Amino acid sequence: MTALMQTGYIALRHLRALWRQPWWIAVTLVQPIVWLLLYGALFRRVVDIPGFQSTSYIEFLAPGVVVNSAIFSAGWGGMSLIDDIRRGVLDRFLVTPVRRTPLIMGRLVQGAVVVTIQSFIIVGLAVATGAHYPSLLGVLVLVGMSAMLGAAFGAFSNGLALLARREETLIAAMNFMLLPLTFLSAGFMQKNLMPLWMQRVADYNPVNWTVEAGRQAAMGSGDWAFIGSRVAFLALFLLLCLTFATRAFRSYQRSI
Amino acid sequence: MAAIEAHDLVKVYPPGIRALDGLSFEVEQGTIFGLLGPNGAGKSTTIKILTTLSKATSGRALVAGHDVDRDQGGARAAIGCVAQKSGVDLEATGRENVILQGQLYGMGGAELGRRADELLTRFGLADAARRPAKTFSGGMQRRLDIAMGLVHRPEVLFLDEPTTGLDPEVRADMWSEIARLVSVDGLTILLTTHYMDEADVLAKRLAIVDRGRVVAEGTPEGLKGELRGDAIHVELREAYLDGRVQVALAGIAGVHDVQLEGRSLHARADSGATAVPAVLTALDAAGVGAASVTVARPSLDDVYLRYAGRAFRSAEDEAANLAQRQGDGR
Repeated sequence: MTALMQTGYIALRHLRALWRQPWWIAVTLVQPIVWLLLYGALFRRVVDIPGFQSTSYIEFLAPGVVVNSAIFSAGWGGMSLIDDIRRGVLDRFLVTPVRRTPLIMGRLVQGAVVVTIQSFIIVGLAVATGAHYPSLLGVLVLVGMSAMLGAAFGAFSNGLALLARREETLIAAMNFMLLPLTFLSAGFMQKNLMPLWMQRVADYNPVNWTVEAGRQAAMGSGDWAFIGSRVAFLALFLLLCLTFATRAFRSYQRSI
Repeated sequence: MAAIEAHDLVKVYPPGIRALDGLSFEVEQGTIFGLLGPNGAGKSTTIKILTTLSKATSGRALVAGHDVDRDQGGARAAIGCVAQKSGVDLEATGRENVILQGQLYGMGGAELGRRADELLTRFGLADAARRPAKTFSGGMQRRLDIAMGLVHRPEVLFLDEPTTGLDPEVRADMWSEIARLVSVDGLTILLTTHYMDEADVLAKRLAIVDRGRVVAEGTPEGLKGELRGDAIHVELREAYLDGRVQVALAGIAGVHDVQLEGRSLHARADSGATAVPAVLTALDAAGVGAASVTVARPSLDDVYLRYAGRAFRSAEDEAANLAQRQGDGR
């Protein structure tokens, strides 16, 4: 109960900071919009490839862009933690009786809220340009899974921030990870049309789990057993990242 | 009862740098205790251990009766800490900062709101309370830091270099605020500083820390008294060249190093306060008129030089070198 309330206080702190600069959400939307509108238009004819199961590339692409935006926005979550470390804010919190997990969880809640808002905007934009998603529940599953994936990447990013404590390290690590993980998923291309080795790698890629299951749910073509299994995998991945972040916290405290 | 007890604290940072090397002291309840020393002497490390932020490699510490290692929860609830780095959330308003701090201590509701407003008013931040803290001046941020440190009514307050980087007038204001925390609120304060005058003005007792150990401890007056040598300066009405001044002073116990340059008479005395009447009486008896007398107590700078065996400046250089070798490891 205490931990839950403390998570709420910390989340509120970060949400308030976001609320004071709402243009930030607009800035983070520039990239997804480029993906959706320019990339989507550029590769419009992808649907003509024999075996491609969708008739609208935008409709196919949007769930991929939703997931891609989730990891990109959450992946930078550690940056503000480095700022807090440098300013002494984190140490101030650590001297109070606050538990350690809410300090991370509060940030992840804010990250998940951002991902959710972004996701709905992207889906809305896709619908406005002609995409059609038959199942509202399916769209909610897509958004929910993206928020979970975002929380996992946020936890990883925060853990890395606690270990490295340097923006440069975090930027390098994220640049190294995020784009490859996007391309090693069915985000932009139907999985069975990807090179075989990429398909194998994608099987182990949490980004791909989210894209495939979320897209199937949103497009209403879903096999719910498959979607459920991917949600379970994602939950495990989230747990793993949270454990990493908690360990990193301990390591941080030992080093000061 | 001692509000703070540190017994033989040792802190070793990898790769084997001893930031604390058997540091011990006790702080009496309801007083200000100063930890004085150059940067890198181990003051901040001591605060980190006493506030449960960092664990000692060995040794034991009690704060408000709670063992900082075995009863972290008890210790955390009883202390407030104003760290060297501000710790203000610059994006949040002053009031939001105080409120969140209170919430982290389990406070809430209307009572927390009242407490926050009371503190903001007390520290002259009422008008700025609803502005983001990034618009605050350095002095205002420092006062906000102290307001946050007090929100849960702690018994013991840690102030790690509270006036570093502040303007002289702002520093003086801060001193009176700090003094009031003890005289009005009855807090116990552990203050670290590398300003001699600050320790002199505020601390009832102080410990001089050098290379992770306490090298001297006592009241500021006591420590300076141990230097055996107040400087006495007498301005004479006229220059006496016949040596009668020296003869007159030769017989006074505890006065030494007599030097006469024209009308200026310099001497050192074990205790200036007791020596001055004797000196004046002797001069008077010898027919020498005095125009003015001043007694200068030795400064804490002199004290530091005496106990640490080197001047403040060289100790800071040494600490800087050490920090460089240590790299980002701390």
